[in-house]
Amino acid sequence: MSETEALESMVGGEYKYGFTTDVEYEDFPAGINEDIVREISRRKDEPQWVLDFRLEAFEKWKQMDGEPDWPNIEYEKPKFDEIQYYSSTKKKDGQKKPESLDDIDPQILETYEKLGIPLQEQKQLQGIAVDAVFDSESIFTTFKEKLGDAGVIFCSISEAIQDYPELVKKYLGSVVPKGDNFYAALNSAVFSDGSFVYVPKDTVCPMELSTYFRINNMQSGQFERTLIICEDNSHVSYLEGCTAPMFQENQLHAAVVELVAHENAEIKYSTIQNWYSGDEKGQGGIFNFVTKRGHCRGDNSKISWTQVETGSAITWKYPSVILQGDGSIGEFFSVAVTNNRQQADTGTKMIHVGKNTKSTIISKGISAGESNNSYRGLVKISPRADGAQNYSVCDSMLIGQTCGAHTFPYIESANPTAKVEHEASTSRVGEDQIFYLQQRGMDEDDAISLIVNGFCKEVLKELPMEFAVEADKLLGIKLEGSVG
Amino acid sequence: MLEIKNLHVVVEEDGTEILKGVNLKINEGEIHAIMGPNGSGKSTLAKVVAGHEAYEITDGDILFEGESILELDPDERAHLGLFLAFQYPVEVPGVTNKTLLREAYNTIAKERGREELDPLEFEDYVHERLDIVEMKPEFLDRSINAGFSGGEKKRNEIFQMAVLDPKISFLDETDSGLDIDALKIVSKGINHLAGENNAICLVTHYQRILDYIVPDFVHVMLDGKIVKSGDKKLAVELEEKGYDWLNDLASVSVNGEQK
Repeated sequence: MSETEALESMVGGEYKYGFTTDVEYEDFPAGINEDIVREISRRKDEPQWVLDFRLEAFEKWKQMDGEPDWPNIEYEKPKFDEIQYYSSTKKKDGQKKPESLDDIDPQILETYEKLGIPLQEQKQLQGIAVDAVFDSESIFTTFKEKLGDAGVIFCSISEAIQDYPELVKKYLGSVVPKGDNFYAALNSAVFSDGSFVYVPKDTVCPMELSTYFRINNMQSGQFERTLIICEDNSHVSYLEGCTAPMFQENQLHAAVVELVAHENAEIKYSTIQNWYSGDEKGQGGIFNFVTKRGHCRGDNSKISWTQVETGSAITWKYPSVILQGDGSIGEFFSVAVTNNRQQADTGTKMIHVGKNTKSTIISKGISAGESNNSYRGLVKISPRADGAQNYSVCDSMLIGQTCGAHTFPYIESANPTAKVEHEASTSRVGEDQIFYLQQRGMDEDDAISLIVNGFCKEVLKELPMEFAVEADKLLGIKLEGSVG
Repeated sequence: MLEIKNLHVVVEEDGTEILKGVNLKINEGEIHAIMGPNGSGKSTLAKVVAGHEAYEITDGDILFEGESILELDPDERAHLGLFLAFQYPVEVPGVTNKTLLREAYNTIAKERGREELDPLEFEDYVHERLDIVEMKPEFLDRSINAGFSGGEKKRNEIFQMAVLDPKISFLDETDSGLDIDALKIVSKGINHLAGENNAICLVTHYQRILDYIVPDFVHVMLDGKIVKSGDKKLAVELEEKGYDWLNDLASVSVNGEQK
């Protein structure tokens, strides 16, 4: 296949989720100021303390110097005055939230069905509870009762604010403070919906929990807020999936995710991020600026991030773990794929505070087309973190001659007993490898997909079974025809 | 089965001519050996038959069962039953031998109208094939060639051949890098696989492997052409005299028949 044909077929390597759903939206003015922040809070019927939280965050955001300029990405800054910060669909008879599936616009139900996440009871995915977020709102959460029987709370953050204010008040902003960074501050001011999970003591959550984020409205940004709390000796596995229609304009997605693990608790958080990535010329696509942080608060707790990042025009994301409890464990497993003009600057931070804390970082970056893929990671060992250990592997794979891969590992160790290991490699998908596999009967795309899957294996095996297959396919589609 | 006609081949990147009019016919049930010094073009011939993209065919044709295969991609040629045992088998980290073989076996089976095997059936089949090259089952779960010794890689190639059961196999310097015990095992495996309905073409620098695998035909390649063909005795003669005595033949054929 010639270079041009390869490019064409890459364009043809279609984004399956690029359709738009034609729904009616409530009017909401574009732009951002104090009134907008108040209006969001008003529409959501929030108590005063949430409004205060938002206003304080907004003040901090206004005083900030603008966006961080250290990432290895180039883009035109979002026009914050033109973004619509809240986007809700019109409801029946002034309802705030649909009470049953019958109250939901059939088109939205159809959308989720097309995305492979049917919400209707007969069709629901077995063993997985789903919270479906459409633009700024959670549309529906499945298996709520069943989870309730186990004492697990799984609902949208808006509902949690109404129904479990004490819990939310206690934890919101406790891991990612309001003024943590530019995008976290913005999110704290205008956050819309996201998921809330609370697993009580001594409980293994009986199902996989999953949130499916969909951006549909062209003008709006999405500012999801997710909070997961796992009490002593509890365990939960959570997965988020993300898609968006294909628009010429960039849209902003600025999320904050906070995880809290108490003593002996374990949170496994997986992401399959497949936002629209823009076309082959770099037109359109989602700007994905996300702050995700977990706090291993109790001894021997564990937080594990697994991410498969294939979408977005720009990905800026560093899921981190603060290892405070003695003997706590932090893990980061990442596959980031960039193609065409995509740019990713992603990695993690492992902050070792407690004694004998351990962290593992496995990062696999794959770049194709004219894309740019950077790993940026910090391993920090504080003075009292005796016996802390970190093991990091950062591997990059290049497909073709016009892409870039970069690695920025930072290590700060203030404790002589700590052990920090870092390995890095860069390889190119060789024509030799492809020819070899083709000679064994595989076509070019299957060959690439096999090579890439082999490269990512250590990470993919961390995904919950139900999603591993999806991730596998996604990588294949993403890189179809990317070798000339 | 395979007919190569007046094949002229250049390296696509710089236009260097490597093959300068190769003629070769291989029938079912035959074992051929192509011998020649380094740089004579014998490995290139094997790669070109398999469809390697780095080479451009400027003249001539390659027919498989009477049809030209020049327009076919390497995988399509593999589907027809063409196999190349690589001189330097490639490493593919993270992909197990078994995964590759099952995918390859079933893809080819589908194309050739054979029955595909489910994972359990394939497990039985593949274990039985392991014995042919005396390989241990652990090999199946290791990444393709990653961390294999030179000898293990070569043996793995013949193992793949045993699993895929091709019609015609080019074995490119399969003997190089093998110690004498491994050479015996590999040769035994190849002899076991050679049959009435398939054909094998050994590409080799040394006569050594021909002590164990008796070819029906031996061809000498010099400077991009087959300059002499004969039977097993030719190989022995080469072993004694080297390739130099044939140089005249090469220059005659290069400069034209009239000389």
